[in-house]
Amino acid sequence: METTDIGLWGVPLAMLGGAIRVSTPFIFVSLGEAITERSGRINLGLEGTLVFGAMSAYAVAVMTGSPWLGLAAAGVAGLCFGLFHGWICKFPKVNDIAIGIALMLFGTGLAFFFGKPFIQPSAPDLPAIPFGTWSDIPQVQAALNVNVLFLIGAALAVFLWWAFRNTRIGLIVRVVGDSADAARAMGLNPNTVRLLATGVGGALAGIGGAYLSLYYPGSWTERISSGQGLMAVALVIFARWNPLGCFAAALLFGGAGALGPALQSVGVTQGYYLFYAAPYILTLIIMIATSSPSRALAGAPGELSITR
Amino acid sequence: MSVTHGKAIGVETIGMTMRFGAFTALDDVSIKVPAGSFHALLGENGAGKSTLVKCMMGFYHPTSGDMLVDGREVAIASPKDASALGLGMVYQHFTLVPSLTGAENLVISREKVPGVIDWRKERTALAQFMERMPFKLPLDVKVAELAAGEKQKLEIIKQLYLGRNFLVLDEPTSVLTPGEAQEVLGLVRGMTKAGDLTVLMISHKFHEVTAFADDITVLRKGRLTGTGKVSDLSHREMAAMMIGDQPIAALDSRAEPKPDAEIVLEVKALKAPDRTGLKSIDIADLGVHSGEIVGIAGISGNGQKEFLEVLAGQRPRNGGEVMVRGTAYAATRAEARALNVRLIPEEPLKNACAPRMTVAENIAFRTFDVDSSGKPVSWISAGAIKSFSARLVEQFKVKTASLSSPIASLSGGNVQRAVLARELTGEVDLLIVSNPCFGLDFSAVAEIRARIMKARNAGAAVLLMSEDLDELLELSDRILVMSDGALVYETPIAQASVQTIGEHMAGHH
Repeated sequence: METTDIGLWGVPLAMLGGAIRVSTPFIFVSLGEAITERSGRINLGLEGTLVFGAMSAYAVAVMTGSPWLGLAAAGVAGLCFGLFHGWICKFPKVNDIAIGIALMLFGTGLAFFFGKPFIQPSAPDLPAIPFGTWSDIPQVQAALNVNVLFLIGAALAVFLWWAFRNTRIGLIVRVVGDSADAARAMGLNPNTVRLLATGVGGALAGIGGAYLSLYYPGSWTERISSGQGLMAVALVIFARWNPLGCFAAALLFGGAGALGPALQSVGVTQGYYLFYAAPYILTLIIMIATSSPSRALAGAPGELSITR
Repeated sequence: MSVTHGKAIGVETIGMTMRFGAFTALDDVSIKVPAGSFHALLGENGAGKSTLVKCMMGFYHPTSGDMLVDGREVAIASPKDASALGLGMVYQHFTLVPSLTGAENLVISREKVPGVIDWRKERTALAQFMERMPFKLPLDVKVAELAAGEKQKLEIIKQLYLGRNFLVLDEPTSVLTPGEAQEVLGLVRGMTKAGDLTVLMISHKFHEVTAFADDITVLRKGRLTGTGKVSDLSHREMAAMMIGDQPIAALDSRAEPKPDAEIVLEVKALKAPDRTGLKSIDIADLGVHSGEIVGIAGISGNGQKEFLEVLAGQRPRNGGEVMVRGTAYAATRAEARALNVRLIPEEPLKNACAPRMTVAENIAFRTFDVDSSGKPVSWISAGAIKSFSARLVEQFKVKTASLSSPIASLSGGNVQRAVLARELTGEVDLLIVSNPCFGLDFSAVAEIRARIMKARNAGAAVLLMSEDLDELLELSDRILVMSDGALVYETPIAQASVQTIGEHMAGHH
């Protein structure tokens, strides 16, 4: 591939490309977590779900040759993890955060155990759509090579934003998340709704994991996740539980994450490692800037154990 | 539209009995609420009112007894069955979802909700429905932003929207201003008169019962102790049915205030952020003299809680002064001890106790680390704590299984007595009290009020915050009204008028 030198323009371009590439798992995990948290529960185990999803997607794709079957397997695996979390949490005096941490370790451990034989073989990738063919510049083409999952994630964000206000299920999830008493008075069982919401959240996190192993970085290793599952939980909070906010936050986060490699690619040789920390520093700054010691978190579901 | 409007239904219970193990919560209670009547259900806490109502609404399955709706026997196995028959209940605590709008709350509570909600159609239908309602309400505002009165109206509207023609109202006015209470009950009364609705109201407030209800039923310890037409009964007779012949502590007569009484508590230009952090409370000038009770009225959520928290040292202040006997007061333990400041916050189990520690330990919180002469001790004597607490438990009649039971196992009235025992023992120069009688029964209320009055007569300056206007009128020497974080109105008790106070509480001035 011939490289055209486009100078410093390469940085924003690489960040755009990076935002699209890196953000996809964040989008899925944070949307999943948004659904779970809107129903009044926190699932910190999504990191484990993500890693297990990545492994199962890769394994099934290797064995069947179809990335789509891999994606489905990841979704189903995630669903099971979510339902398991939801099922344990329905028992009295069980803390959802502690269970989440346990499941995070369980998920990653289980994925390493089953994933050992799949580190060597290579699996087919999920397809991407080249939106950059109008340009001759390879960097532009690379940046605009958009994976279908990103598009699905974007559509899902808009759909969820609409669904939380305009569908029965959306309203029911919000009711349960905001006031379990009101839900019970309506004849709804908060535990069932939360079980399903956690299940769906897990499925989405599993799909986020499939993207990691089947597209970018595109292989199964034990270091495939760099904490995306945990960061996504933070994303949901600073997106104020709004699906569109989750999408924007994931993009921002992905863009920040691409800063380090982008700088490196234009020839910055010193200190670019510092920029690899950009997403985390950004999260810290946003969290501090939007927090207040005396004010409750605006928009937080009333039943969440961190706000209750 | 699922609403069938009009046609009130009559409801009867026959020999309703409910046992929980060996405990009989409800013993052979028969009540009759004819269609289109407004019936009041009276009784102390634990008298079995909620049990009766829960049996009627299908939350409990009565041990024995029958229900008649419009003269026909019905089986109510679940709340769903009750709502199918048109029976609905408005709870004391709101069951609306705070982050949803009024319209969303109404639509989602319906039996059948379409998978995708067509808001344009729903809005038109709701507008038509609201036209037939006596209340006017904004339905596009989040419920969290509605005032308490509006929420209560929305609760009632929700039941009507769901097509219920028989409503149980559980202490519907406990969170409303007198004006709002009048309005809501008046409108409900109008609907019963028009034959659209039958109402069974659980209440403590005699004046509301007299003003709005047709008949009453009184329960005591699970038994029916009286029933009759409101027009035939006096408040005294109703009270007698409710409490039986148990003795009620009498209030000390008010000692004449000394004209030269010293100012004990002085608050000047106090500013502090409120819970949301968006607004602040601002107390311009407040003085409480020794030997007087200053009452602060206000609807909850207007800054009283924050004000109390500042005085208790639980909330930082942005500016201003709090002086006790001319000394700056920051609510440290040392200052409270030196200046004899005592505090009885609301919900004492949560705010003034360590729930899992023992009764004895909780009672000794103020004194456990000093000896009899007030010097700090280096070794804490469990024996001294025990004997000190035993004396106070005896003196304040705290009913507890033992001194070493956790205080959380006590009933609300006894927790409050234990806290009173701790706070009112020893020298008290300043007493700060908030909602001391919330949720307590008749005899506990009378006793606690008597203790507060005794403290006043002994020369303490008392600052009493309460959402119960009757309590303030009974105890205070002066009443101040707090609205939107500021003290907006002051009146000596002799000239106090419920009407004017209510208007200031609602912020109509």
